Amino acid sequence: MPAADFLPRSRLPDLLAVLKAQGYDVIAPQVIEGALLYRPLQHCRQLPTGIRQQQQPGRYRLIATDSPRQFSWANGPQALKPLTFAPRETLWRSHENDDGTLSFEEVPVSPPALAILGVRGCDLAALALQDQHFRDDPYYQPRRQSLLLIAVDCSHPAETCFCASTGDGPKATIGYELALTELDDGFLVRAQGARGQAILKALPLDITAPAQRRQARHQHRAACRQLRRLPSFEPAQLIQQGRHPAWDEVADACLGCGNCTSVCPSCFCFSTSEAPDLNGQTSSHQRQWDSCFSEGHSYIHGRHIRPDIRTRYRQWLTHKFGSWVEQYGRSGCTGCGRCISWCPVGIDPLQVLSRLSDADPDEP
Amino acid sequence: MTAPVRYPQPSLTCNPALPTEALILDRVQETEDIFTLQLRLTDPHQEWRLGIQPGQFNMLYRFGVGEIPISFKAIGKDKHGQPVLEHAIRRVGRISGALAALKPGDRIGLRGPFGTGWPLQKAKGQDLCVVTGGLGCAPAVSIIEHAFANRSHYGHIHIIQGVKHSADLLWRNRYEFWAQQPDTTVLMAADVAAPGWPWYSGRVTELIKLLPLQPGQTLVCCCGPEPMMQASAEQLILRQVPAEAIWLSMERNMQCASGHCGHCQFGADFICRDGPVMPYPRLRDRLGLEGV
Repeated sequence: MPAADFLPRSRLPDLLAVLKAQGYDVIAPQVIEGALLYRPLQHCRQLPTGIRQQQQPGRYRLIATDSPRQFSWANGPQALKPLTFAPRETLWRSHENDDGTLSFEEVPVSPPALAILGVRGCDLAALALQDQHFRDDPYYQPRRQSLLLIAVDCSHPAETCFCASTGDGPKATIGYELALTELDDGFLVRAQGARGQAILKALPLDITAPAQRRQARHQHRAACRQLRRLPSFEPAQLIQQGRHPAWDEVADACLGCGNCTSVCPSCFCFSTSEAPDLNGQTSSHQRQWDSCFSEGHSYIHGRHIRPDIRTRYRQWLTHKFGSWVEQYGRSGCTGCGRCISWCPVGIDPLQVLSRLSDADPDEP
Repeated sequence: MTAPVRYPQPSLTCNPALPTEALILDRVQETEDIFTLQLRLTDPHQEWRLGIQPGQFNMLYRFGVGEIPISFKAIGKDKHGQPVLEHAIRRVGRISGALAALKPGDRIGLRGPFGTGWPLQKAKGQDLCVVTGGLGCAPAVSIIEHAFANRSHYGHIHIIQGVKHSADLLWRNRYEFWAQQPDTTVLMAADVAAPGWPWYSGRVTELIKLLPLQPGQTLVCCCGPEPMMQASAEQLILRQVPAEAIWLSMERNMQCASGHCGHCQFGADFICRDGPVMPYPRLRDRLGLEGV
């Protein structure tokens, strides 16, 4: 018997209603100042209907079309990272009492139940990486566990995308509750786990026509044909290639701005800082995203272990593609391509990797 | 319809992220820029933290200024004979400067203990060789004191300390005391020696050539600047000490001490969690690499 797993586009508001009835705040990508950003979703008309993207090294542009599709773009500048690993948060507060004693106060995290619509496979894979890194982090975990993830398979990868070669996309395979395949007239819907099944059951679904299934397969194959792919290299060797001229070449171009680490969905570095109140009696111990491109990242009693951009770029690349494998069993890159698009000078780490391997650069 | 699953909040009270209060009982100025704080934890429920092992470290917090990792020097005794924590600190930056300005009676925050300690269990029944350079001797003092407190567990004790200038030598009377103990060798070297320096003039690695080592039954604890540790380890290997019997204490920027903030990464290792004490074979191919 053919499965009833097709949600006509006109019934997408029903999904929104089901989520709200189950107690979730819903957020979804919306066009904000020329980029796609996660924002609270009240109506499906807030979704980026007909929006396509042009992403190239150092370039990100939205293009309006008359397509009825709402998810025919690759990704926004931020993945799920800010929703679970807060860009800035207070970890604890200290108080200096009148008698000179100190007391310390917890600052618990109590996030709302949040459903995210429009998540990409690459970002789910990166979330799984952050789950590994922050598995015992008491600030990350409550936010993470309050999420319900609704993926939409990527049908329009950007020129900067290479998820097919990292194995993390374009189809969502892990970590979602619900996943949609968008066609012109609606969505094929599939679910994982009890929470996903409960939502699936509540949706008014139709029987999917064989032609629609064929279209979905064809669309997936087309999305897999990406212009960029990860070159072959030996992860354990990267850190030993400190003298390779590739580092000098990339350091000549790199501004050391840290955009790549800000948009990277797996980068996890943070620094801590102290924010004393003006009354002098209370102080907040905070953490905020840091970048291995910042000067202070490698500071140790009076010196910097990585004093220049060459060694900092090398730290980023050799960690992401090399030592990450040793730490967490796979590379820290899921092929989203954001570091390429959002680099102000358009550095492509795949080209640096190719150069290090002395392979032919995989020119798009 | 099912309600969204709500998970219990992990408790922050058992979270090593939250500091506890420590009272400064005593402050000793060791040299112009090195001082030792003697600390008592004011909350009796925190006494388990005195179980800190030689080689581990605590995060010390100055109210309104911030935290720094400081390796554990020794468990001392207060005037009532109660155990207290001792930390030796070098005044270098903003936070160590703020800690240096404190005096007995002042309070600080403390999180810890963190990291791996020296492999005391492995060392049992073996000779112990402690090779240190500069303030590297602070984390090593804890293991020397431990070894003398449990003297029957160890064979010969070799203590080698190197300093840049003979005036930099810390705890000289302690070294002199150790030198007089049976079955103990104490050798010291100063790169630059003032007149009257009774020990060796030159590099600490030169001293290793002079040691009466029993290579197959010696465990080495090494702490100091990385080039010094690397040179010492290679010299010891030339003396037939197996690489896996050589343990180094590493140092990197540490802000969270729980393996999350990323600053202390040394290749794949998070020094705050996988270290600071690590076996030499684990470090060998990365030591000396620029920028790692």
